[in-house]
Amino acid sequence: MTNAPAKAPEEQIESIQVEESARGRFGSIIREMEIDTRMLGMILALLVIWIGFHFWSGKGSWSNGTFLTARNLWNLSVQTAAVGIMATGMVLVIVSRNIDLSVGSMLAVLGMAMAMLQAEILPDYLDFGSPWIWVISLAAGIVMGAVLGAFQGVIIAHVGVPSFIVTLGGLLVWRGAAWMMASGRTIAPMDATFQLLGGGARGTIGATWSWVVGVLAAVGIVVLLINNRRQRIRYGFHVRPRWADYSIGVFSIAVVLGAVGYLNSYLLPPRLAEQRGGGDIAFGLANPVLIAIAVVLAITFIATRLRFGRYVYAIGGNPEAAELAGIKTKATIVKTFALMGILVGIGAAVQVARLNAAVSGLGQLTELYVIAAAVIGGTSLSGGIGTIPGAMLGALVMQSLQSGMALVGVETAAQDIAVGVVLVVAVAFDTVYRRRSAA
Amino acid sequence: MFIRKLVALLAVLALLAAACGGDDDDATETTAGSDDTTTTEAMTDETTTTEAMTDETTTTAATGDDELIVGVSWNNYNEERWAKSDEPAIVAALDAAGASYISTDAGSSAEQQITDVEQLISQGADVLIILAQDGTAILPAVQSAVDQGVPVIAYDRLIENPGALYITFDNVEVGRMQARAIYEAVPEGNYVFIKGNQADANADFLRGGQQEVLLEATGCEELEGDCPIVNVGEMYTDNWDPAVAQTNMEQILTQINNEVDAVVASNDGTAGGVVEALRAQGLAGIVPVSGQDGDAAALNRVALGEQTVSVWKDARELGKAAGEAAVALAQGTALGDIAGVVSFDSPGGNTMTSILLAPIPITQDNLDVVLTAEWIDEATLCQNVPSGTVAVCP
Repeated sequence: MTNAPAKAPEEQIESIQVEESARGRFGSIIREMEIDTRMLGMILALLVIWIGFHFWSGKGSWSNGTFLTARNLWNLSVQTAAVGIMATGMVLVIVSRNIDLSVGSMLAVLGMAMAMLQAEILPDYLDFGSPWIWVISLAAGIVMGAVLGAFQGVIIAHVGVPSFIVTLGGLLVWRGAAWMMASGRTIAPMDATFQLLGGGARGTIGATWSWVVGVLAAVGIVVLLINNRRQRIRYGFHVRPRWADYSIGVFSIAVVLGAVGYLNSYLLPPRLAEQRGGGDIAFGLANPVLIAIAVVLAITFIATRLRFGRYVYAIGGNPEAAELAGIKTKATIVKTFALMGILVGIGAAVQVARLNAAVSGLGQLTELYVIAAAVIGGTSLSGGIGTIPGAMLGALVMQSLQSGMALVGVETAAQDIAVGVVLVVAVAFDTVYRRRSAA
Repeated sequence: MFIRKLVALLAVLALLAAACGGDDDDATETTAGSDDTTTTEAMTDETTTTEAMTDETTTTAATGDDELIVGVSWNNYNEERWAKSDEPAIVAALDAAGASYISTDAGSSAEQQITDVEQLISQGADVLIILAQDGTAILPAVQSAVDQGVPVIAYDRLIENPGALYITFDNVEVGRMQARAIYEAVPEGNYVFIKGNQADANADFLRGGQQEVLLEATGCEELEGDCPIVNVGEMYTDNWDPAVAQTNMEQILTQINNEVDAVVASNDGTAGGVVEALRAQGLAGIVPVSGQDGDAAALNRVALGEQTVSVWKDARELGKAAGEAAVALAQGTALGDIAGVVSFDSPGGNTMTSILLAPIPITQDNLDVVLTAEWIDEATLCQNVPSGTVAVCP
């Protein structure tokens, strides 16, 4: 390992140890803190993209740049929400060695159903502005998503048709159904309360509540770290050194509170502020972002703490072994697709509320972006590996690219090329990295 | 075993549900309708369900040799206006002349449309009406049709073949009307242009018309520098998708820090996305926005004051003109002898024989036009409009 000339054995061992510790000090810090280097790499890539676009949008100068402004990051968070929500469900589908190509078309049919309920069907029975309208349409959309997803899951799991084919069929069928429901018309506008789900000027929680959310997140991080340490001690696992726990805690809390504070600096434009009494009123976190955060927490919980989640990973790792171990693989697969359907329903609600309209072309090609987000986030297409936060990060990377290019005025055709190239490069890195670390 | 039966039952129920869902189409459409086989055919076909439906009608429509058969190749039936207005008008004109109607849907695929055109010819069409997905890609099929003696009508979208009859609303004029209406509201300031689909020739026609009017009105050479109107942002919209228009508009607003005075949007779908992006910044109803198509949601926006103009092309007129011209061509009338044709110089340097219909700009002042023409009903037009603000709304 060393290049020193021949020495006495003790001296050799000593010099080996000295060199190893010098080189490995940084690596050992990362190891002690148990940081996922892959996730770290992705976060670094995201920062590079953000800083790059900031310079580009400022035409070379930092102060003129618009990408890292609170306003653009706020917009970015809302634009990422719908795809991010669906990507979390796609992780479980891909982990279990399946794929769901019908996501975009299902988005259209569920969005169209919710829109038609609100704009055309329910107003015949209830008054405009009745709180039941948005509640019923949202619930109907989510339930319908679960049913359509479960339907596809049953054909995949029980009849045995490959998921690629079933969901490809779904892609065609649901798109056609979305068109038939409204004969191709645009359905608008949505119920006033439903629109809040999509963000916009009214669909935010304001500065104070955003701080509340931030503080709750900070408290949550502390509680999780303490609990984690306690569990490790109790079960005899390797315990992280105290300084590692402290630094992770302090860093995470700083990031969370810093993000909330920065987003809170995005103020309402003067006209809207006047309507609410004047002064500096902050937008605060947007509702779609809150929904996305809640979804990530919920699905991560399901994936890591519930038996269902562990079964999904087991099936992905080795389906035959899982079956022989007594896991009900078929029921689990049906549930993953039903869960995907529910998340598509939530995503559809956010999208339709944001656009304040439903068109039959809604969600075209969205399935590709959702799959790309999950894959960039570390999910392997051969199954068994994947994290939920990674998928959200992947969605953020893709949306940052698209929004950044729209910000600097790059044409759509060039945008498509860039996104495709980044997708392949990201997965290539991932494949090489996995091969290296497995070797 | 039980699971298999359950799946079969669910599949049948789903097909029945899809069939019952199609009942609200009107009776004049020969291709629309409830059919159990449509959804299963769609699963095996590459095109959308309407293509399968049209396969049904070809067998029922084919009658004696004497009857003229008119073949229509749609590019993507999945858009509001084709089924709602264009097709019923074409069919009505053909019924009046005693001709029969067959059609195909290319599902937005240019390659599929070439196959569709060949299929229509082999099914015995005497004349073709083609709504091109891609006007350049369809050229070989059009040339082949013309060579085989089957006259071709280029419907609404340009096909650069002098042997085809080009029937359209003057799309450059639509762009001019959009720009005129916006210029009247905002004679100076920052303009943003939200254009259509980059691959659609119409997007550039519209943009050209808009530019022409604005340059003439301001007397500038370009919309920049010390010209009273400055172009501060312009982007194509993938697939004319409203969600893409909304995101693009948000990014442009961020980049120019909300300093926009008018937005020239090329159609109503994109105008909808633009208005939502403006609404989030409190600018909806304050910044004039243009559009075209006479979409129900857009006309409502015009009544509410959130959209300044929607250039309306009564697609029923277009369908009627195409239907009548198709019958004339099939009966052997020469291209130049069709009623109402003019010469049109295309961007590709061809001289097209054309019928150019005149669009109507609909602003808050002439909303009665769309009501009288029964294009939209009062309840939909006046939804949420405060009483007393618009003449036609109670």
